[in-house]
Amino acid sequence: MSLMDNLPVLVVILPLLATPLVLLLGGFGRAWAIATVACWVTLAATAALLQRVSVEGPVSYRLGNWAPPWGIEYRIDLMGAYVLLIVVAIAALVLVFARQSVEKEITAERRVPFFAAYLLVVAGLAGITVTGDAFNLFVFLEISSLASYALISLGRDRRALTAAFQYLVMGTIGATFFIIGVGFLYMMTGTLNMMDLAERLPEVADTRMVRAAFAFIVVGLGLKLALFPLHMWMPDAYAYSPSVVSALLAATASKVAVYALLRFLFTIFGLEFALGDVPLDLLLMALGLIGILFASLVAVFQENVKRMLAYSSVAQIGYIVLGISLANTTGVTASILHLFNHALMKGALFLALGAVVYRIGSARIQDFHGLGYKMPWTMAGFVIGGLSLIGVPPTAGFISKWFLVTATLEQNLWPVAVVVLVGSILALIYVWRVVEAAYFIKPASQGIDQAGDVSEAPLSLVLPVWVLAAANIWFGIHTDLSLGIATRASAALLGGAP
Amino acid sequence: MIEIGHYNYWVAIFLMMAGFYVVIAQGNLVKKLVGLSLFQTSVFILYISMGKVADGAPPIQTPGVEIYSNPLPHVLILTAIVVGVATTAVGLALVVRIRESYGTVEEEEIHAMAQPADEKGEG
Amino acid sequence: MVAIAVIKQRNLFTIAMLTGIYSFLTAGLFMDLDAVDVAFTEAAVGAGVTTVLMLSALRLVGSQQRPTRHPAIALLVVGVTGAALIYGTLDAPNFGDPNAPAHTHVAPRYIEQGPVEVGMPNMVTAVLASYRGHDTLGETVVILTAGLAVLLLLGIQSGPEIQHNVSAMGRHMVLRVMVKLLLPFILLFGLYVQMHGDFGAGGGFQAGVIVATGFVLYDLVFGEGNLRKVLPTVWLTRIAAIGVLIYGGVGVFSLFAGHPFLDYSALADDPVHGQHLGVLLVEAGVGLTVFSTVLIIFYAFSGRRRQQ
Repeated sequence: MSLMDNLPVLVVILPLLATPLVLLLGGFGRAWAIATVACWVTLAATAALLQRVSVEGPVSYRLGNWAPPWGIEYRIDLMGAYVLLIVVAIAALVLVFARQSVEKEITAERRVPFFAAYLLVVAGLAGITVTGDAFNLFVFLEISSLASYALISLGRDRRALTAAFQYLVMGTIGATFFIIGVGFLYMMTGTLNMMDLAERLPEVADTRMVRAAFAFIVVGLGLKLALFPLHMWMPDAYAYSPSVVSALLAATASKVAVYALLRFLFTIFGLEFALGDVPLDLLLMALGLIGILFASLVAVFQENVKRMLAYSSVAQIGYIVLGISLANTTGVTASILHLFNHALMKGALFLALGAVVYRIGSARIQDFHGLGYKMPWTMAGFVIGGLSLIGVPPTAGFISKWFLVTATLEQNLWPVAVVVLVGSILALIYVWRVVEAAYFIKPASQGIDQAGDVSEAPLSLVLPVWVLAAANIWFGIHTDLSLGIATRASAALLGGAP
Repeated sequence: MIEIGHYNYWVAIFLMMAGFYVVIAQGNLVKKLVGLSLFQTSVFILYISMGKVADGAPPIQTPGVEIYSNPLPHVLILTAIVVGVATTAVGLALVVRIRESYGTVEEEEIHAMAQPADEKGEG
Repeated sequence: MVAIAVIKQRNLFTIAMLTGIYSFLTAGLFMDLDAVDVAFTEAAVGAGVTTVLMLSALRLVGSQQRPTRHPAIALLVVGVTGAALIYGTLDAPNFGDPNAPAHTHVAPRYIEQGPVEVGMPNMVTAVLASYRGHDTLGETVVILTAGLAVLLLLGIQSGPEIQHNVSAMGRHMVLRVMVKLLLPFILLFGLYVQMHGDFGAGGGFQAGVIVATGFVLYDLVFGEGNLRKVLPTVWLTRIAAIGVLIYGGVGVFSLFAGHPFLDYSALADDPVHGQHLGVLLVEAGVGLTVFSTVLIIFYAFSGRRRQQ
């Protein structure tokens, strides 16, 4: 077998096996270097894989050379490769940022394990996107979750600990619900392989057990992706964790959970069952809409910018779920597109914020006064990310919002379109609060410690911010790559063709 | 074997719900973890009981035995047990740290302390 | 019954012990349901490791719990969830029904072909290490992750704080002699379990736990300094990492041999032989990782205690 044939497994085992190497070779600089190299090589492998999938169609890989459904299968279709690309690309960029940020925020003896855990998060998330086996998905879910609980708890604020604990409890309940559901499916079909499940489920679809399994899997994954009202763990977790961790998790973890949900809804249960037989579409739509309004409103009143962005993430999940609930090609395209674009914008925003924290040691809005002039590059990156979040053309955020609104209008759902617009206005308000503080309010002169000595963040922090900010504009203008793949992926999902 | 129909599942479900209740209703963080592991262990019972085949033997090949119980759920649960313990260990470590920085492991007291006092030192 | 007692009890020490008993009962139940491997693991891991962890954590956080409120909303959530589960099981296959889909689709191949294709009588080990070997790699990584997480949380204790020969148990002569006598047997038993996973119940997980328990026992009776000098946390972390590397290395080896990842047939000329070798190797990796992670976690908790 050639290198190309092994791409599906390489994208997972590169970060996975880099972890013990980090632990064995130790040293902060080396740990960072190994992690960074591993992530960039993985990124190259992912790009090659995406290229191959987009030409040849879904790729299957037999682990241990056992034929599915007996052995575990990796199966990568366009959507999987696309989400994988988001995860690995963000992880690789954040690592560039991480060297200096971690040196500032994490105590010396914890830095090596920090990078090991970081790699484990990446490996776990990558595993979820490529696996074609329901139970294997659970295993990788737990790898990434356990590692992220540890990473979150490293925040300097003591509330990071309680946030991590709450996430641990919620996350474990979610995972347990998920395996209850998978167990029920196994009882009815005798298989754990996703394709095999999809084939055998229609026969037994009209049983209570399958319906219960469906409910448990949706609720379990809903907890993981912070679907309103199961989002309670998320704002704290993102607000109090170290800057690097917030950026990584906000841009990737919830995306992967959405991916898993899409996979189960459309590939395994099938459109008819998932959104037809069960009134899930209405429920998802309602939750999505409430999520948008509620979380955006709460975000407006936050004093801590990190927390504001975290609530905004809950709202963005609302948009994504809304798109799914429309169950037409445009809606699902909008959702998949927004997965990508939201990763770009939140990545840019959280990294810019990380750079601010690096310099002034605070994420409170009143400490932003005058920052627009002291850290011009960082704040400009923040503004671009913010514009994209609001959905202003020509940013990437505009494209996904546009598609979402088009999709609602296709189904004559005027009120829903209005809610989407209201959400954007609320986003405008909370982004404006930061912009106002940074550019239009003179810093209070009475001796806050950052008085005169704040300067622009170092290049290794500004560069990733700007790469992402530029990507926000690039993908707002050149939509071929992101939109093209999203369209094809959603067509494949809805067509039932795997 | 006596026909027990679905009772096996119901017993497991009862235990699960007992654990789940502890997780939600209890304010003590250690007890939450206990509830969580109770919840998980009961799910294991559900899996293992679905793997049982009437008159089956343990799935280790023995001469003269024809019917074996299903090995697959056993494998899955072996994995899940380990995951469960890993979660408990991390959870307990978190509780220890919480106790050190807040002086308590009761959820309500932590909430009462966390809200106003920390706003200044926020980072 | 025990479960109910767990809910009612307020003293956390009692709860920790009761959970241990609950785990043991569960293990007995698994035994009855033919899941010998699972029963073994639950007894060692669930009843053993978890209880020890709970107890050492409780030493740090105190054992009395305040009276709690009983919010109706919790009951409601639990009620709805339970009802959904019961609803789901209403048309489930009957208990023990050999014609249930779970037993007729994928499983027969494991039972009929497992001993032939993988070359070992214990089908659970065959499925665990070969058919679903990737899950087990993931699981080993989960353990490593837990070790890392505990390290990150509780920190690495270094030399100066170690008190030599001051043991948790005092200086009981009888205890010391007993432990000295028992220790070789525990270790031997651990190795036996490690090597015989392919024939009987057992394997890397159980063995790792047993050996680690032996060390913990020694540690408790003879004081923590001695063991830590021989096996400091840094080394344990490395051993855990090496365990994962062995497992992954087997997979990478098969990649280089032109086979898919984790195809053990690549390890020898005869595929069945290769399978056997592969399973032994990965079990060894698992054993190392489990052993050292359990010790890391134990050190971390007990180290924290000394610090206070």
